[in-house]
Amino acid sequence: MHLRSTIARWAAALALLLGVLAGCSRQDDGRTVVRFWAMGFEGQVVAQLIPQFEREHPGIRIELQQLPITAAHEKLLTAFAGDALPDVAAIGNTWVPEFAAIGALAPLDARLASGGIAPVDYFEGGWDTGVIDGQVRAVPWYVETRLPFYRRDLLAEAGIDAPPRDWAQWRDAMAAVKRHVGPERYAILLPLNEFEPLLNLAMQQPDPLLRDGGRYGNFRSDGFRRTLAFYKDIFDQGWAPRVANTQISNVWDEFGRGYFGFYISGPWNIAEFGRRLPSDLSEAWATMPLPGPDGPGASVAGGASFVLFDGSPRKDAAWAWVAYLSRPDVQARFHGITGNLPPRRSAWNAPALRDDAHARAFREQLERARATPKVPEWERIATELRLVGEEMVNGRLTVDEAAVELDRRTDAILEKRRWMLDRAAQGQGAAP
Amino acid sequence: MKPSTAGWLFAAPALAVIAVFFALPVLAALALSLTDFDIYALADIGNLRFVGLGNYLGLMRNPLFWQALGNTFYFVLVGVPLSIALSLAAALLLHSRLGVFKPFFRTAYFAPVVTTVVAVAVVWRYLFHTRYGLVNWVLAGIGIDPVDWLGDPDWAMPTIILFAVWKNFGYNMIIFLAGLQAIPEDLYEAARIDGASRWRQFLHVTLPMLGPVMLMVAILTLSGYFQLFAEPYVMTQGGPLQSTVSVLYLMYEEGFKWWNLGNASAVAFILFVIMATITYGLLWVARRKGAE
Repeated sequence: MHLRSTIARWAAALALLLGVLAGCSRQDDGRTVVRFWAMGFEGQVVAQLIPQFEREHPGIRIELQQLPITAAHEKLLTAFAGDALPDVAAIGNTWVPEFAAIGALAPLDARLASGGIAPVDYFEGGWDTGVIDGQVRAVPWYVETRLPFYRRDLLAEAGIDAPPRDWAQWRDAMAAVKRHVGPERYAILLPLNEFEPLLNLAMQQPDPLLRDGGRYGNFRSDGFRRTLAFYKDIFDQGWAPRVANTQISNVWDEFGRGYFGFYISGPWNIAEFGRRLPSDLSEAWATMPLPGPDGPGASVAGGASFVLFDGSPRKDAAWAWVAYLSRPDVQARFHGITGNLPPRRSAWNAPALRDDAHARAFREQLERARATPKVPEWERIATELRLVGEEMVNGRLTVDEAAVELDRRTDAILEKRRWMLDRAAQGQGAAP
Repeated sequence: MKPSTAGWLFAAPALAVIAVFFALPVLAALALSLTDFDIYALADIGNLRFVGLGNYLGLMRNPLFWQALGNTFYFVLVGVPLSIALSLAAALLLHSRLGVFKPFFRTAYFAPVVTTVVAVAVVWRYLFHTRYGLVNWVLAGIGIDPVDWLGDPDWAMPTIILFAVWKNFGYNMIIFLAGLQAIPEDLYEAARIDGASRWRQFLHVTLPMLGPVMLMVAILTLSGYFQLFAEPYVMTQGGPLQSTVSVLYLMYEEGFKWWNLGNASAVAFILFVIMATITYGLLWVARRKGAE
């Protein structure tokens, strides 16, 4: 009995395997197969856009592979090391410099010149994230930036009628909200385990964050120290609690309870707040452009972009897929499915976006969004920014000490980059 | 054929496995730790620099490395004795003739060991929540002000230690229980006839007889606790103020987050040397005391 059931099981497994193999071979129908990797939720729902593309391009079949966001970077690097990269992928904007530096990305200028995608239609900051050393290496798919979500009712109760436009007004508003809500609640949440709030405030200064072509940190600049001082003051005044995101139950509940009045976050939270807040609060919150030192200021241009990998032999077919997903009508449809914000201005003419009150602030903010410094080491530098910022608001460092410490850490991280740039410069000098 | 050759031949398969799966990777990691291998080198091996002991010297100058080392030692020095004491106490209770519902408690104490760290850590994060957590609610009931368990740099590591000890003590408890059951009853009988109290019996019969078991448990627990990673990774991500960054967590960030594999290998090697030294020292002490 036992033996026979074992044999039966093996036979079933074998049959299954043969079936799978047959399934594979059946799909080989002469069409060009474009392998496409995308991350997270977007990677899941983009499958809905494939049928229309395959109808329009009968010679191409899209093979979609979804990557979990937390493992995507690692998987892409591993695939690069193992020579197993797909033809096209959507990667985080901040990863573009890194993959360009290791020579994985195909240049796109020549393809853009042939038309289809008009760079001028894109928000400048978003488009700029894909331009490395003057060459286009990535085309934005969806963009995000950070701006404050705020509780209109709390601000009104505190006597603030219009959302603040600059830092001075913002400080007045935070002070008023804090006075109104008392010692148990706060004016703003700036989670200490995120670098984004501080980084977005830093982008508003005229001084670049790195100097000498990304060779050294520029955090001792007057502008950055002004940002640090503003950030530190928010905590010192007691307007923001010194907590990480992991220490509150979750931002949606706490926002609903009025634990804080302002929260700097991205466009995905429009849908989240809409869904998770109780219905009697649906009118009580709104979005606003990020206040800058003197009037509405810049912010970080984030999101994901398409890249073609240099080793792919099917770049033409892959480009057709990118061009399709970049069409304004497809982008508007994609917004309908995911809530992601399109990077092209013309896609914003779609009624769903034009009439969305919460998206309007993002539309305005995206015009001012800027790319972070385009060095491969940037994510790590941003992490140090968070760590030093956390030490500073906990009183372990003054503003000036924090700026010096941040420069010291950044210069150490960029050591290898300096060595490589110097070597490249020497190599050019020595060549005949 | 000489007998020694035959011996080597018989041992050859096992030795080959050890060479391929242990010696070779260790040597490769050692070689890696002498270079600055990173993503640039991954792209083009020409970007690889031999840095000698540069990675090690860099770590010596890195305050975060010392903090991670300090955090790890804090965790080991408090956590290991606490864990062993708790395991032994639980084992004694379960072994005692006075105990009731022994199978139930044996299972209950062992249950945390087989749970998933991540799932349980999430539950603990709720228990130790500053404003909504059960722990602070109970403390408030007896008039103690709320403690910011995971948000205060002074409290985060003790909370992690509590969690790790609770999670792991059941495993050692089972080993101790086996050790206790192996102690012949007539030794206690003789001690009782000589008029030894319960405490004296424990000191002069139980503890010495548990010597070898104790040594094994100590070594296993030490090496496990030195590799602290999952608890801070899930509960605090190294924060607040990097008070829960362990050596292994540092290695993970260097290696798999930032792809500085040279640096990460150096961290791993230092941890390896520390663990080997301490284990050897423990064995040496045990040998002198004749416990082995």
